[in-house]
Order: sequence, then structure tokens, then C-alpha cells
Amino acid sequence: MPDTTIRDTSSQDAAYNYAYLDEQTKRMIRRAILKAVAVPGYQVPFGGREMPLPYGWGTGGIQVTAALIGRDDTLKVIDQGADDTTNAVSIRRFFARVAQVATTTHTGEATIIQTRHRVPETPLTDGQILVFQVPIPEPLRMLEPRETETRTLHALSEYGVMQVSLYESIARHGRIAKTYNYPVMVNGRYIMSPSPIPKFDNPKLDRSPALQLYGAGREKRIYAVPPHTPVKSLDFDDHPFEIETWTECCALCGSTESFLDEMIVDDTGKRLFVCSDTDYCESRR
Amino acid sequence: MTCSQPALRVSGLAKSFTVHAQGGMALPVLRDVSLAVSPGECLALVGPSGAGKSTLLRSLYGNYRADSGSIRVRQDDAWTELVGAEPRTVLDVRHRTMGFVSQFLRVIPRVSAVDIVAEPLRRRGTDPLEALQRAEFLLAMLGIPPRLWALPPATFSGGEQQRVNIARSLIVDYPILLLDEPTASLDAANRDGVVELICRRRDAGAAIVGIFHDTDVRDAVATRVHEVVPPASSAGVSP
Amino acid sequence: MSAPLLSARDVGKRFGGRIACRDVSFDLWPGEVLGIVGESGSGKTTLLNCLAGRLVPDSGSVTYETRSAGSVDVHRLSEARRRLLARTEWGFVNQDAREGLRMGVSAGANIGERLMAVGARHYGEIRGQAADWMARVEIDIERLDDRPTSYSGGMRQRLQIARNLVSRPRLVFMDEPTGGLDVSVQARILDLLRGLVEGLHLSVVLVTHDLGVARLLTHRLMVMQGGSVVEQGLTDQVLDDPQHPYTQMLVSSILPV
Repeated sequence: MPDTTIRDTSSQDAAYNYAYLDEQTKRMIRRAILKAVAVPGYQVPFGGREMPLPYGWGTGGIQVTAALIGRDDTLKVIDQGADDTTNAVSIRRFFARVAQVATTTHTGEATIIQTRHRVPETPLTDGQILVFQVPIPEPLRMLEPRETETRTLHALSEYGVMQVSLYESIARHGRIAKTYNYPVMVNGRYIMSPSPIPKFDNPKLDRSPALQLYGAGREKRIYAVPPHTPVKSLDFDDHPFEIETWTECCALCGSTESFLDEMIVDDTGKRLFVCSDTDYCESRR
Repeated sequence: MTCSQPALRVSGLAKSFTVHAQGGMALPVLRDVSLAVSPGECLALVGPSGAGKSTLLRSLYGNYRADSGSIRVRQDDAWTELVGAEPRTVLDVRHRTMGFVSQFLRVIPRVSAVDIVAEPLRRRGTDPLEALQRAEFLLAMLGIPPRLWALPPATFSGGEQQRVNIARSLIVDYPILLLDEPTASLDAANRDGVVELICRRRDAGAAIVGIFHDTDVRDAVATRVHEVVPPASSAGVSP
Repeated sequence: MSAPLLSARDVGKRFGGRIACRDVSFDLWPGEVLGIVGESGSGKTTLLNCLAGRLVPDSGSVTYETRSAGSVDVHRLSEARRRLLARTEWGFVNQDAREGLRMGVSAGANIGERLMAVGARHYGEIRGQAADWMARVEIDIERLDDRPTSYSGGMRQRLQIARNLVSRPRLVFMDEPTGGLDVSVQARILDLLRGLVEGLHLSVVLVTHDLGVARLLTHRLMVMQGGSVVEQGLTDQVLDDPQHPYTQMLVSSILPV
């Protein structure tokens, strides 16, 4: 597997500015990021640009990464935990070409990790930046369709309605049935959507030494969780937040501590459970 | 009966009705009415039909708005003026001091007879069970058969409704009672029950003002009569 | 009885050139039920919305005596405090229950929302209180997990009442709470409201065009015509001895049963 650091030696594409976006745009995005860091969990609007890929493929995350990335950075891109899916590979190649950065699949080596739907199993460290691709930044959207009203609810910390949705889940299913995009309270102030990561990853967000940045391209919002910020998953006293557990271990590396994907491996329906985080899994074999 | 201070004192009371649909025609009904009732007294209002007895009684209760004059009620060792009073003052007097028995029961949908009777007592903070027992006692005394107690009185006969009404008004020991034909449409047996209740309350120190068409009833309960004079003739005879 | 709970002084509101209400003043005391009557377009609902802080009046003021923070000018409060007041010390019962309920979540969640909004985080207790209130508004507890979309009009209205009263408000605004319901359904709600208002010692401002509803529920009445209060007083006084030509016309328009 090509799991070592590769430096793209081809020269910068002369038709594009460094890291694709023009400098003004990058400055604008950096200002939004600074504001987002200053107000943890608050959704900062920004002037999102058209990117050379469709909405839903990570346009928000790419703009955040483009605004931050420099020649000294090492980029890792994952999609559902894997470094080798189409989306992850193309974004990695995009930045290797437009920003001449080194790319890696090793969590420990990366300075910027752009991710869709997972947080790496390997604990993050000081100085790392985790960039999330966010489809729907507003955690209250499904409960309150009016943007003016959701903004007011955030401004006034009126979060009864969020708790209503959890109540409803218990009333219907006997437990909080939400398994991904599980809402969190950031720094005791703003309720935030952690993007569609499994709730298994929520505890990793809490007081993480890495900087977490969230970019929503379609809705043009950036929000952030600065290093070491408390992030609490919402729950009830008598229905506390719990993460998924598996009775199986990873069929490839034997891990009992990572998030497992279920795979059907033959026509008879034989199932295997394997780590969703490919880098983590390979490093253990 | 002049030894004790009056419980109710009326002076110079005037009341007219202005009917705007009739071009603002004013109908004077009461003019310069003055009276006083002391605890233990029962004042019977007498006078020809249309003289304004009912209007006077309703004005005393604050149901009709007096044009001028004074209606003062003894409450908490002080006089409370009802003419021109704030609604909450009138409500407070009705709540604690002055009860009214009208000729007709205002039926409340779905509420049982016993609850209608118990309500004024409950509203004053009496234990609900105790209020209920007292209501049942009064209903029994007024001859309402127990099988009717739990039913809303909408379907009761006129006499039954009136007795429910009386029970509701007498369940609280109001210091002042206003009675508008309490025995109309009652048969002799039930009438006697009502008379006995009124006499008991009078002898216990209530100040009562009432309209009693039935002279036997009037003789049994009244300690004095007050003649209500029709406004036209009162204008004629005034000195 | 030391201070009025709600005081309106010269409240006025216009929409463009049209005056919706003008110079309305009154005091509402604890435990009082004030009815605002008048025909459609007389400004009742506009006034109610001004009183409840949902509309900002052009002139005048509305003062409310809070439970613990003294008296406040409703329209000078920050939005945060006004909304907090609205969901803790106040209630608002809409004519159309769909406006006052979350139709997409269960009855229990509807009732529990106010509790959760002020920090209740014990599912079992929230559910228990919701069930208790279902019983108090005479809805079968079996329906606790059903959505109000499956409820009848009368049940929805009773659910809306429970949703408002669960936080033990002191003041409830009601806009035609029995409007658009069958007469038999109306009677049940009126009876229920009567008991709750008395039992919880609620103060209520009730808008209705139905004088029968006003007689049954209210202590005092304000009669509105063309945006102005033309008459006010004790409910039985206003209905039995109406003074103003408009009130006399209104009272004489009731069909005898």
C-alpha cells in the first residue's frame, strides 16, 4: 500500500493561484475561521466560492483547507475513515497539485486532516487541524425550518426544542436512536452539529488537543471547536449518552476498540466486521 | 334592631336605563332610594309590579350600575362603597360578604348540581370534601333527591333548578343576603324548607334584603318592609 | 393583592393608516379573568398580541409584575428576557391549536417542551408530568406518544392548554380558545378552563366574540369597537346592564336558546 509520504514534484499549475483560491478569498475565509474559533460552536457565514466539484463532495471542507494550507503542511484526507475512496483520493491529489503539499495516509504524520464522516481512531495531537465536510450545519434545521428563528434560538440559547427531539426518540424507540450527527453542546454555549460522524466519535471531540474546523459549502457556514474545548453530547439524566459497541472484533486487525463497518463478503451473505479507519487498521496488522 | 350598626346602608340611590336603540330614551327606575339593614334584620321590598324592586336588588349587588347615590357595605369593620367601585372591589364584596339568590339558575355546562352548589365554598378555600358534604346537606334539606346530585341541572325542573340556586347562594354564610323571589315556583313543602333556611340565617345575624311575593313567606321571614315607589309617582308625591 | 399583575397604559397600534387599537388602559389583578369582546376587526387580537409582547405597540406601555424580578416594561425587555417570560410565567393559547403545538412530535413531547426549555433533563420525570397533564385535560394517557395530527380539534385544544400550563404560568393569554369547535366540544373546554383557572389561581386575558364564553369564564369585560374600548366593567354588569350603544346592540344580538 502506498502509505508513505509522497511529495508531488510536478510544478505548480500556472493557471491557478496557490491552493486554487485567490488570496482575497483565502483572507476572507481565514477571517471567518478566526471568528469561528473565537466563538466556539457558532456558525459564521462566509462567501463560499464555486469549487471544481459538486456540492456534497466536500466544497466547504476544501475551501477551509485551501485557506489554511501552506507548503510545509502534510495533508491527509479520509472519507468514512478510508484514505482510498474516490473522494479522498481526488481531494488529496487536488491539493498535491494546486498547493504542492506532501500528502499522507498516516494520521500521526498529517498537519491537516480533511474528513468526511469520521474522526481518526489514532488520538490527535497539539498542532493538528481536523477539517470536517458538513452537509447541513444547522442542528435545529429538522425541528425549525426558519433560518431567522434558528438564529434567534442560538442567540438566546433556547434549546428546549433540541431536547424535544431526543425525548421523541426515546418515546418512539425506548432510547435515543440517533447514531450519527449526534448534537453536541460546545463550551456550554452553542449546540452544534458535529457533521455526520458516528456518535462513536463524539467523545473524541471533547477537549481534543487538535483544532476542529467545520466547513459547509452549500450553506456557506464555518464553525469551529478550538483545542481543549469541552464538547458534551446531549442526553437525559436517565438516558445518558452512550456510544456504539460491537460483540465482534475487526476481522483484519483484531481491534475491539475501533468503529467497525459491516461487510458482506460473498454471495452467501457471509459477514465480516472491519475497522472503518483504514490507516489505523493497517498500522495494527 | 338599632343597637347594632347596619351591615348595608343605601342613600340617595338613583338608577335609570338608557336604551340607545330607542333613540337614547332614558327610563328612570329608582330615584333617591335610601335604606339601611342591620344584622339579624330581613327587609322585604314591597311595591307594585314594575316599581323597581328587582332593579334595586340588582343594583345593591352591583349587577346594575347605579347612576348616583351610595351603597355601602360593612366589611372588615369598615364601609366599602359599591357605587363606582372597581370591579375587583365588587367581586371581593360578593366573594366574602354579599350573596345573591336570583330567580333563575345560570346553568354551567357539564358541571354537576352538587359541584355547582359547592363551588362558592371551595373558591373561598374550604376543603373540597367538606364543601361537598355541606353541598349535599343543603341539597337534601331543600328536597333535591340524591340521584340528581351528580347530574348537571340543565335538565332539572324549574323548581329543582331554583333550589339548587338557593343552596349555592346559602352555602356560604354571607353577612348580607339578597333574595329575589326565592320561593317562586316552589311547592308548599319545598317552600317551607327555604323559609326555614332563611330564618335560620336571619337569626344567626345575616342582614337580608328580599323580594317575596308570597305574603305567607314574607310574614315568616321579614322583620320590616320597605316600600319601593314607582319613579313617576315618587316624583309626584315628593314634598 | 398588592400590585396589578399586568398594566396597560394608553396602548395603541396602527397598521399603516388603519388604527387597530388606541388608548387602551387597564389593570389586571392576580386571579382575575379579563375578557375582551367585540366583533371581528375590532382590534381584540391586535391588543392581545401587544399585551403578550408579540407585537410592539406604537404608543403606550405594558407593565408586568414578575415573580421575582419586580415590575418590568414588557416592550423594553431584551428579547431574551421577554421570551423567557413568555415560556415560564406566561402562556398563550391560540385559536388554531396547530399554531400553538408542534404537530410533528408526540403529545408528551409537546407538553414536556417547556420543562426541557428551562433545564429539565430527566426523561422519566418529564414524561410523568406530561402524563399527569394529559389526565388533567382529560386526554387518555394511551395517547401520550401519539402526534397531535391524529387528535380531534377538541383534543388538540386541550393539549395546547396542557402544553401551556405545565410550566405553571401566572398569566395566560387566550385568543378565541373555543373558536371553530363544535358546541359540545366547546362546553367541555370551557368547563375545563374554568376549573383550571380557579384551581391554579390563573390570571387570564381572553379574547372572544362569544358573549356566552365571556359570561362563563370572565370576571371583567372590555368591549372593543373600532379599536377603542367603549365600555368596561364586571362581566355580569356589562352583559345585564350595558350602557354603550354598541354593547347594547351586541348583547341584544345574542340568539336566545
